[in-house]
Amino acid sequence: MIEKNKLYNIWVYLQAEPLFWLTLTIGAFLIGDYFYKKSKLNPLVNPVAISILIVSGVLIGTDVSYERYFNGAKFIHFMLGPATVALAIPIYKQIHLIKKESGSIFISLVLGSLFAIFSTYFFAKLMNLDLEIIYSMMPRSVTAPIAMGISELIGGVPSLTAIITIITGIVGASFGTFALDVLRVKDMTARGFAFGLASHGIGTARAMSKNKTAGVFAALALGLSGIATSILIPLLFKLINF
Amino acid sequence: MLKSIFIIFLFQLIGESVQKYFELTIPGPVIGLILLLISFILLKNSKNIFVNKAKNEIVSTATHISNYLSLLFVPIGVGVVMHLSYLEKNYIEVLGVIFFSTILTIGFTALVMEAINNRFKKNDRKK
Repeated sequence: MIEKNKLYNIWVYLQAEPLFWLTLTIGAFLIGDYFYKKSKLNPLVNPVAISILIVSGVLIGTDVSYERYFNGAKFIHFMLGPATVALAIPIYKQIHLIKKESGSIFISLVLGSLFAIFSTYFFAKLMNLDLEIIYSMMPRSVTAPIAMGISELIGGVPSLTAIITIITGIVGASFGTFALDVLRVKDMTARGFAFGLASHGIGTARAMSKNKTAGVFAALALGLSGIATSILIPLLFKLINF
Repeated sequence: MLKSIFIIFLFQLIGESVQKYFELTIPGPVIGLILLLISFILLKNSKNIFVNKAKNEIVSTATHISNYLSLLFVPIGVGVVMHLSYLEKNYIEVLGVIFFSTILTIGFTALVMEAINNRFKKNDRKK
């Protein structure tokens, strides 16, 4: 009984410290990544989704709040910013290809971003969702910090937008490959660009793990669509009464 | 390694400052990305040993970081699972909209881009 008490005390100590949650997050990711590689990069075996499920399971099982977990995991979360800056390097390495395709990049960027916004609006209206939820959903294809900013601007709920945006990333990364295979798109630049445009960072991570050229065009679309959408949505709201 | 991390952090710092100063909706890290890209393009033919050493270091660090890009989404993703109740009674509809709209957007964008690229290639051959 004393032993059990001791273990409990250690747990009480550990769960209040960042180390445990950092180790758990990296461990869960290594497991997810192991299965992803083992499945020969099957998109449905998404390493992010697997790690999220493992960590959430532990949190629910031990009745630890998300805030406590995040207090440790925020060190990993913090690296998202520098990692975004670092995406400049793969883009720079392919700059000749980007220059060559600059025309198609621009057209696909504008049409793709408009398609993302309007298809979200159309389907959400079809489902009879509240206007507040619809506004929160419209910027969902771009990276979370941009999406949350736009959402706030047009009367959505930023925290809801964050959730919807992350789900969008996982859906795109997991099912986008099938859509592109069904449509028989072979052009790696087009495949990657579509991933980055429609499912931001999580889609970009998937594209990068699969093909270098696709990864670069995904990273490019991630940045460009963020800029395009933050211009397009406020503009559309001025022109159209949604 | 440390030098490249310093430079990448510095670019993010500049990006965040620019975003705050001009009150832009584009996040600081994306501005940092653009500025770093411009710096690399401007310093493309630099013969300065220090510049080239720093550039090589940044390239290797950036490659390392991009290999683990997926990991960085886990903490915020866990938050999604823990806060799913925000979607309340609408979650099936919301998930449905996300699913169909995302897949259609990926398909549409890729088809548009491939069609334009193929057209350019054909024109190239004619020349």
